[in-house]
Amino acid sequence: MSDKILELKNVSKIYGSLKALADINLSVNAGDWLSIMGPSGSGKTTMINIIGCMDTPSLGNVILDGVDISKENAANLTRIRRNKIGLIFQQFHLISYLTAVENVMVAQYYHSMPDEEEAMEALAKVGLQDRAHHLPAQLSGGEQQRVCIARALINSPQILLGDEPTGNLDEENEAIVVDIFRRLHDEGVTIIIVTHDPEVGDVAQRKIILEHGKIVNDIDQSATFGEALKLRN
Amino acid sequence: MFWRMIFKTLARQKSKMLMIAFTVILGVSLSTAMMNVMLGVGDKVNRELKVYGANITVRHKDAALMSDLYGLTEGLGVNDKFLYEEDIFKLKTIFWGFNILDFVPMLDGHAILSVKGRAGIVGDVSIFGTWSEKHAILSTGEELSTGLKSLRTWWDVKGEWIGENENDAVMIGHLLATQNKIHVGDAITLSNNGVIKNYIVKGIYNDGGNADDKILMTLPAVQELMVLQGKISSIEVSALTTPDNDLARKAAQDPKSLSPDEYETWYCTAYVSAICHQIQEVIRDGVAKPVRQVAESEGTILNKTTLLMILITILSSIGSALAISNLITASVIERSQELGLLKALGAYNWQIALLVLLEVMITGLFGGILGYFLGIGFAQIIGQTVFGSYIEIARMVILIVAVILFFVTLLGSVPAIRYLMALKPTEVLHGK
Repeated sequence: MSDKILELKNVSKIYGSLKALADINLSVNAGDWLSIMGPSGSGKTTMINIIGCMDTPSLGNVILDGVDISKENAANLTRIRRNKIGLIFQQFHLISYLTAVENVMVAQYYHSMPDEEEAMEALAKVGLQDRAHHLPAQLSGGEQQRVCIARALINSPQILLGDEPTGNLDEENEAIVVDIFRRLHDEGVTIIIVTHDPEVGDVAQRKIILEHGKIVNDIDQSATFGEALKLRN
Repeated sequence: MFWRMIFKTLARQKSKMLMIAFTVILGVSLSTAMMNVMLGVGDKVNRELKVYGANITVRHKDAALMSDLYGLTEGLGVNDKFLYEEDIFKLKTIFWGFNILDFVPMLDGHAILSVKGRAGIVGDVSIFGTWSEKHAILSTGEELSTGLKSLRTWWDVKGEWIGENENDAVMIGHLLATQNKIHVGDAITLSNNGVIKNYIVKGIYNDGGNADDKILMTLPAVQELMVLQGKISSIEVSALTTPDNDLARKAAQDPKSLSPDEYETWYCTAYVSAICHQIQEVIRDGVAKPVRQVAESEGTILNKTTLLMILITILSSIGSALAISNLITASVIERSQELGLLKALGAYNWQIALLVLLEVMITGLFGGILGYFLGIGFAQIIGQTVFGSYIEIARMVILIVAVILFFVTLLGSVPAIRYLMALKPTEVLHGK
């Protein structure tokens, strides 16, 4: 898998006098597992917003699946996002009055057609088929994050984008979530994770370190990739 | 999924939605009550205004001409022109016959008055004969009950009104009675051209106007005294009318100036001029004219009452829209994370706006239905309290209220929708 799924060319994001991102260049191949790390204010969230089609760069180009999305309007970005991106949030953001399976179906509804059977399969994939009809408040943090992952996966996105997906989880649930990522990676899903957690960062195939809006390190962890996974296991 | 989300949101936000529904109930009930009263108030207000007397007088065409040209109300060319008593009941046969509430014939004359037990005569006095009370069954089978009692509700009467067939009793105006020290129960004599009749004073009335120095008698009594059987000088008519508009004013100038369509509209609307026109068609030699002060006052009061109710409806609608706007905006701000998430999941702005709008519309519909029925109740309370009768429910109010409700809800939702449109998922989803 060496096809480029994502390419950032000289991307900058400027808020007044602040450069949240400064001249970023990054290529991600389909099937890669990438972790983005860095201290607070280093530009991680800005970068994930741009990759996730929730924001546009002030300068530069973002090529997603061969299409330059850097100048698209909000409606086009919405269409691209729902077709190509699966989002996972630190705070899960499940709709409190919908059950787990309904939360997954919401993403289906805005993509194409809700299909409960398919939503149940997605929940089964993250080991939550028995909790499908529970409300978020009746689920643990780890279970809620797994529902969030099922929701992100339901429309078969080209990139799974996680913003601190293990940030609110205990060690046991963190391991479960990382294991799900590993299986998804095995299935060929491209994963980009923003994380503070060095252990989660180390598990990825490639680690990008951001500081003051610049990539200061791009570490290829392919050599230790398998080992890291084993460590997790 | 869409409806599941809507109904679950409604259930979850019960208290907020109940507040919105309550606001709608208040606004719609007020609008429904005001509009039903407004549409049904015309006749009610007119009926109330009947206390100010007749709004149409019918006189012989020659007498009317003398009055119009020279301002004469008596003398040759006026007092010797008569209408026919037998024509009176034809008034109820005209197109707007049901709108004629009361009518009385009047026969004016003069007689020499003397009081029994006193020496000498008082002098020449004005007399007028009419129906104090009249009960009759018309050829149509309709039961009629009318009389001067209904048209002079402001009269202050000492003693009693003369009865329908009390041809030997009279009522005396209080000025005439005071000047000549005549009291209830006194016997008087009236004579005219050799006809001399004795009467008992049954009542003394205070009109506050020209009638206070006259003597009121039954119509047959005056006809006998004046030797004018079957004749009357004029007819006073009290009719329910619609306020004049440009068409009515144009027709009042000359009905022949109207196009056939205009004529039909005018003829089939209860304008005072249309009723006058129809009266002239049935009363031989009669000219019917509106008593302008009364007719115009009725129109003015009715128009102002209607305007007041429209203003109350508009203000209550604006109030509801503002309250709904605040409640929806608060609700949307509270749900900004959820709505931002839907955007992040791929919902377009219009899809989220539709979701919120439908939630509000469903709540509004629920509140609107309750408010409508509550408004009908309010209308009946107003009807009973103010007019002493029920207000007829106008079906068109349902449509008007539905349109008002739709736009009030839509306008009330505008600030919330604007907030939604501007909401960026990135601003609400990365809270840490």
